[in-house]
Amino acid sequence: MAELQIFHDSDVDLRHRAKHFTGRVVIYGGLLVWTVICLFPIYWTLTTSFKLAPNVMQGHLVPFLDFTPKWKGWESIGLSPRLIGQESTVREEFLKRFTNSTIAACASSILALILGSMAAYGLSRFQYRFGFMRNSDISFFFLSQLILPPVVLALPFLVLYKQLDLLDTRIGLILLYTLTVLPIVIWIMRDQFQAIPVELEEAALVDGLSIWGAFIAIVLPIALPGMVAAFILSLVLTWNEYFFAALLTSTDAKTLPVMVASQTGSQGINWWAMAALSASAILPLIVIGILLERFIIKGMAAGAGR
Amino acid sequence: MAGHGDLLHVVTADEISERRRTFGRLLVWGSLGLMVMTFAALGLAQSGVIELDFKDWRPALYAYLFWATCLGIAQVVLHGEQGKRSLFILPATLFVVAMVIFPLIFALGIAFSNWNLSSLEGRSFNGFDNLRQMWGDPFYWNALKNMLYYTAAILVEYAIAFGLALILASNIRGRRFFRVAFLLPLMLSPVAVSWMIGKSMMETRFGPIARFARWLGWDRPSFFGDPEIARATIMMMDAWTYIPFMLIMILAGLQAIPREIQEASRVDGASAWRGFWEVTFPLMLPVSITAILIRVIFKLKLADIIINVTSGGPGGATDSVTSFIFREYRDRSNVGYGTLLAIVYLVLIVVAITAFMKLVNRWMNPKYLHG
Repeated sequence: MAELQIFHDSDVDLRHRAKHFTGRVVIYGGLLVWTVICLFPIYWTLTTSFKLAPNVMQGHLVPFLDFTPKWKGWESIGLSPRLIGQESTVREEFLKRFTNSTIAACASSILALILGSMAAYGLSRFQYRFGFMRNSDISFFFLSQLILPPVVLALPFLVLYKQLDLLDTRIGLILLYTLTVLPIVIWIMRDQFQAIPVELEEAALVDGLSIWGAFIAIVLPIALPGMVAAFILSLVLTWNEYFFAALLTSTDAKTLPVMVASQTGSQGINWWAMAALSASAILPLIVIGILLERFIIKGMAAGAGR
Repeated sequence: MAGHGDLLHVVTADEISERRRTFGRLLVWGSLGLMVMTFAALGLAQSGVIELDFKDWRPALYAYLFWATCLGIAQVVLHGEQGKRSLFILPATLFVVAMVIFPLIFALGIAFSNWNLSSLEGRSFNGFDNLRQMWGDPFYWNALKNMLYYTAAILVEYAIAFGLALILASNIRGRRFFRVAFLLPLMLSPVAVSWMIGKSMMETRFGPIARFARWLGWDRPSFFGDPEIARATIMMMDAWTYIPFMLIMILAGLQAIPREIQEASRVDGASAWRGFWEVTFPLMLPVSITAILIRVIFKLKLADIIINVTSGGPGGATDSVTSFIFREYRDRSNVGYGTLLAIVYLVLIVVAITAFMKLVNRWMNPKYLHG
């Protein structure tokens, strides 16, 4: 069935295709290498939480093929099929830290979102004058808080909180976390509000709404995607915060990162336990990251491109 | 306080009666007086001048909250519709002032005193002793020098992030998968990362990275023994978490560049290499500078990984300023000295960042363009 080939690729075209092909290989090769770099540590932590000592020492990597997964790591924080029905002090301890982290992160993100959205809206719509401070000065005042390193505030707050009896309380932590994420929220939200045409609110005002009514009923729903982005970014930063929590909490309000940090030294080769603890600290955000990636990217891109 | 030049114009005919105005003023000054009195009473009770049964300074906090609320209400009472506008930024302003300005003033007071929380004697003013101690503290200077190295590493991170962003912006399959995969390291807590990578994957006997290094021919891999290597390792771990951040900002910038411009350069016969350097890169400069600036700001706060992986070792080689002050407080409870170090650090940062922004400004908007 030898057929006569009528159209031939010229040598030049073939060379071009070869070049295109190598280009693709390089691009996908690079992508794959970086994907492995990004995902392997997560994979390693998740699998190690199901390993036993011999698996760790022999460097087994693939579950079911190299080693049989065991629940030992998760049993150390009381979360395994066998222990889930029983009383467990370790699980209570873990859940307490987990709740603290959740409450501190969510409450401070919401508080920052409320304060930040209001301030950002005001700055994007009205001209203010506080003494010598004009709008640009006020914006700079808010955004410059980003530069402030936490260490400058940490020690004064330690002393102040002691005086105010806020040391080792969730409220104290929430207030500080709100402060740290507020500039980011204002930055993202100002960008959002500036993109919304003023005519919308003017129409609402003509229809008889007050400025606050227009803000809540008209502007906020439009800016919702931006608010979600700001909220998630704040959530990531506050959930992972370690420095203030390590200094300002001890028993009651201790958060999950502090618990993870306090175990790193003591566990030795007890890797499965540490892996399970680390895995449970990172899993919530990994899930959020996978589900809401769109919003996170939108939030971070707010400052770029303009 | 809101006035002319508003983007959103509202015509209002507020008639504020004299009685209403008096009531508003009364509200502000009355609550302010109450707050001052609370502070004074607590201060006097603290120093033992008057007898007052109080456990802590909580009443002062409540007095501040009360004053803040009254101030907000008074805005509406005094200025009507105009006052409602200032309500937008008033809460955030009062919050930041209470949480930053007041503690900073307080910090200045602490910085110039000898105050060790573990010793029994309280705080005593010691003038410039802390400053003198800082001048002769090799570990602090060392930490500052390390911060320079750590900050310089951002250029490498930037190059990697830019490369990855270029790939992601090009025509590839499965872009969403790669974007999610590349984003994930940013979501992880630095503390968990320091265990996952620093303590287990780099563990010299069983860690997968150590095994990999042995396979590559490094006989006895040790990532935290040698000062130079330890610093590089910390840099890499920090880069691992934050490259996604720069990557996303650069990617957003790349996608905002109109396609036509790049196509025009291709039509004009520019190679991909020249097209990048003479079209894409210059167009990306503003975004790049924003990304680098924000990254620098985050880098200057670097501490969690160092505290948890090396605690500054070996011999302070990996110490950042924050981790150094953290240990100064935790190991020696030296609040006064630690605060001074932090304030000096803040001053250095503000000076450096202002200089950087001025330079960038001059560089991006050359004088001859404005005439």
